[in-house]
Amino acid sequence: MNITYFLTILVSGLKLGSIYAIVAIGYSIVYGILRLINFAHGDIMTIGVYLILVFMNTMGLPLFVCVLLSVALSVGVGLLIERLAYRPLRDATEETTLISSLAVSALLQNVLQIIFSAQRKPFLLPKSISTPMQVGMFKLSVINIATYVVTAVFLVLLYALLKKTKIGAAMRACSENMRAARLMGVNVNRVVMFAFFIGSAMAVVAGLLLAGEYKTVYPSLGFVPGLKAFCAAVVGGIGSLGGAVTGAFVIGVAEILFQGLMPTTMTAYRDAFVFLLMVAVLLLRPNGLFGKNEGGRS
Amino acid sequence: MMLEIKDLTVKYGGITAVDGISLHVDRGEIVALVGANGAGKSTTLLAVSSLVKIASGQICFEEEDVTKLPADAIVRRGLVQVPEGRQIFTKLTVAENLLMGSYVLSDHARAQKNQAFVMELFPILKERAKQSAGTLSGGEQQMLAIGRALMSSPKMLLLDEPSLGLSPILTQQVFDVLKGLKQADVTVLLIEQNAYDALEISDRAYIMETGQITLEGRCEDLLHDERIISAYLGGDL
Repeated sequence: MNITYFLTILVSGLKLGSIYAIVAIGYSIVYGILRLINFAHGDIMTIGVYLILVFMNTMGLPLFVCVLLSVALSVGVGLLIERLAYRPLRDATEETTLISSLAVSALLQNVLQIIFSAQRKPFLLPKSISTPMQVGMFKLSVINIATYVVTAVFLVLLYALLKKTKIGAAMRACSENMRAARLMGVNVNRVVMFAFFIGSAMAVVAGLLLAGEYKTVYPSLGFVPGLKAFCAAVVGGIGSLGGAVTGAFVIGVAEILFQGLMPTTMTAYRDAFVFLLMVAVLLLRPNGLFGKNEGGRS
Repeated sequence: MMLEIKDLTVKYGGITAVDGISLHVDRGEIVALVGANGAGKSTTLLAVSSLVKIASGQICFEEEDVTKLPADAIVRRGLVQVPEGRQIFTKLTVAENLLMGSYVLSDHARAQKNQAFVMELFPILKERAKQSAGTLSGGEQQMLAIGRALMSSPKMLLLDEPSLGLSPILTQQVFDVLKGLKQADVTVLLIEQNAYDALEISDRAYIMETGQITLEGRCEDLLHDERIISAYLGGDL
């Protein structure tokens, strides 16, 4: 195996890891505040991609405008899900909300199937941004490079939001002690809505990058990547944003390494490998790589 | 009248934690709610702050019925609780904890002014402003919890066992601060297990036993009441 091949795989793995990171953060901020694993998060990605497709094909709007419109609508769907499926269960156990989120996920996939059929539809981005160019020793397209840049920008913005703004401090306060935050007059529902707003918006961008990579969209497009991003958040230590990002890169790189280095008869098992990796990490570190054992919470 | 609780009942499942109590606090008063562990004192305060559902009864703040208002609306009206066990945000810095205290204020200048006031009241918080609150000692955390509650310029504070886990010297400091609040025109409803201290600094007190108020009166009278002395003040003084 030569070094160029290895580096190419690494670059590709980091690209996949970047996409997982954007999705994993969505899982993690919502989990941090509500202790809710929102399995419908991956399906928001899919909805976002379908909406972009609709706007591109029917209205012929520029990609940038399509993405903005899609983000706006998908955020609306995310907030609606929170309002209808999660808020009424605010005092219920974690198991109950978990089942609610699985139900929402199944519902969304089925609705998409009714509207768009189960057939894969081509999702082709303009050639100008999807054609690979020679960048140093790697072949990368504009959209590939955008993946790294967008992830980096999101991470910096999110960090600044959490550390430098009042709503960010309120999110961290709710995540540590929701009851005390309420006693300070923090409107918890608004903080939760804000977390869903950010998570959904980022999921749409991740969906765009992912579908651009696969060049196709189908009703369950986001589900498995969503699960993997969830694995990433778990591997990193769910609730910890740094952990979610690290976990996402670990999983992305491991997945591509597995695919690139294993014989072709094995590569079909790449998803299974990812989940096995998560199990292995959790056996060694039950709270994930960066998770702290918080015990109970008040 | 600042706060008036009428026939308040709170149930947890089948258990009645607060059983039809009534009490009131006048403007500028310090009133103590004294009683043994499990008497229903904390539940009463949580009901006032709208953190537990009430089974029946009414809570009025400044003559307004606030029974059905959500927690943040109660804070906005100027009724703020310092919860049991302090419950500061340990992962946030001291300054960020104070920022959370002024969360309901939209007026940034006023929040700044309140922060200056709190830091003057508790100079240690100024020193430790950038430190994460989890690194503070127990006494400092209690100062932070009270300071945080003062950040929204409340009209009234509800304090749940502010002396819990503090040394006698620190307890004295906390009580001195509460007495100082009276000068600042902040009304106080105080829960204490340490009945003697509570009666010393308060104007009036209610004695609570198994969800009911069994005795009420002015503190100077209660301090000499035989029943109080034998039950709460450890026999002869």
